[in-house]
Amino acid sequence: MSTEVAVRVEDKLFYNRYQVDPGRAHIKVRPHTTPSPQLKALLKACPARCYELNDSGQVEITVDGCIECGTCRVIGEASGDIEWSYPRGGYGVLFKFG
Amino acid sequence: MIEERFDAIVVGAGMAGNAAALTMAQRGMKVLQLERGEYSGSKNVQGAILYADMLEKLIPDFREEAPLERHLVEQRFWMLDDKSHVGLHYKSDDFNEEKPNRYTIIRAQFDKWFSSKVKEAGATVLCETTVTELAQDAYGKVIGVKTDRRDGEIHADVVVLAEGVNGLLGTRAGLRERPKPENVALAVKEMHFLPRETIEARFNLKGDEGAVIEAAGTISRGMTGMGFIYSNKECISLGIGCLVSDFQKTGETPYGLLERFKQHPSVAPLIEGSEVKEYSAHLIPEGGYNAIPQLCGDGWVVVGDAAQLNNAIHREGSNLAMTSGRIAAEAIFQVKSRRDPMTKENLALYKKMLEESFVIKDLKKYKDMPALLHNQSQNFFLTYPQLVSKAMQNFVRVDGTPKKEKESSMLRSFVSARSWTGLFGDAFKFARAWR
Repeated sequence: MSTEVAVRVEDKLFYNRYQVDPGRAHIKVRPHTTPSPQLKALLKACPARCYELNDSGQVEITVDGCIECGTCRVIGEASGDIEWSYPRGGYGVLFKFG
Repeated sequence: MIEERFDAIVVGAGMAGNAAALTMAQRGMKVLQLERGEYSGSKNVQGAILYADMLEKLIPDFREEAPLERHLVEQRFWMLDDKSHVGLHYKSDDFNEEKPNRYTIIRAQFDKWFSSKVKEAGATVLCETTVTELAQDAYGKVIGVKTDRRDGEIHADVVVLAEGVNGLLGTRAGLRERPKPENVALAVKEMHFLPRETIEARFNLKGDEGAVIEAAGTISRGMTGMGFIYSNKECISLGIGCLVSDFQKTGETPYGLLERFKQHPSVAPLIEGSEVKEYSAHLIPEGGYNAIPQLCGDGWVVVGDAAQLNNAIHREGSNLAMTSGRIAAEAIFQVKSRRDPMTKENLALYKKMLEESFVIKDLKKYKDMPALLHNQSQNFFLTYPQLVSKAMQNFVRVDGTPKKEKESSMLRSFVSARSWTGLFGDAFKFARAWR
């Protein structure tokens, strides 16, 4: 069990329902050239894998699959690396079971 | 601005918010509850176990209509290494009582029902509305909320912040700090659907009986964390959570942990062949007594997870939420009945009443536990589970080694892993934190 388990997070997110709010990302990453340790931690810690490295080495976010847990806020808001708000009323993840 | 004025505005429709809104509405107060989800419950995530006693205080006959899953007759604690589990199981027919004490529930469904009781009691519940800010006067007194609706400022005598563990409003208004990574756990969960007969056979249950498994050990890879498996009627809630600071330090992924937990040889047969219908994640307050923020101020109180009211040792949260919501509402009602203003001094009645309840008493009892478990996670979540598993295997495997030799080799493995000082120190610290 010490071997790494291959997991496709996208497959997990596919079970969920979302009401996406186009053009209104509720989380924003501060523009940067080199990612801070906090931003790098988000690449692994986000349970929906919303954070990815782009080709030029910066951390980017795609909020469509966000499950609104707040982990990235707890890690990255204090340092100013990210800005965090809740989606507008009615938008975002819609849990069937919760 | 909405001209209508309310006695109280409750932000959030989870356990704490619903308990507060219901209690105030039952006492004839004019209550507005705001919820950002499409319905109350659609943003709420929990294991989930419901504790009957705290709900009975709000809705005595809830068993007749609430959407409950299974009443719990068995609790299993597992200590895991990679291939084994050492278990402590407690199952009793006493739990098959007329009014069972604990149930599994599915939060989205339960909260929707809970909210219907809030509406029946006369509160106005407005969903699909995100509160963006608290409205404050020139002196900093909270006088209402600002929402994302057009003309979205609404005024009230008092605002009950039931905005959950990741509540933004209190922090934005400078009323409390944002949770620190070492004071919250991130838990991820999946809902595994199976025919109910299959669940009953795999967990050895009759009818609506339920069982829960809580598991700690090498599954959290040395991080402070725990896995859980709860039986519902036709599905199994399975998840694992670890401290956010540990995720940050180790670079482990939450979904990686979840997959490994599912593949553990003690777990995999329980969910084999299931259909997964949801993947969710949520933060859990873990800081305990020392992380509780200021509970009230001029024109506001904070309840439930937003106030970090969670007993991580007993894995109780929703009951502390419900109780703090109810007590806050009762305190507010008393202040209002005396026609006193909703000042910090007057609302301190909530804090006083909460301190007299089990909520603060229990959290105080374990105030040193978070620090102990967080600082020594390698020992408590990795070393000891492995040692105990090895010792058990040594004990049960019959291979011709004289028992005396077996015993001394077991003892040697503990001493070499932790040293005598370490072993006694851990036992002493654990006992002291538990006291």
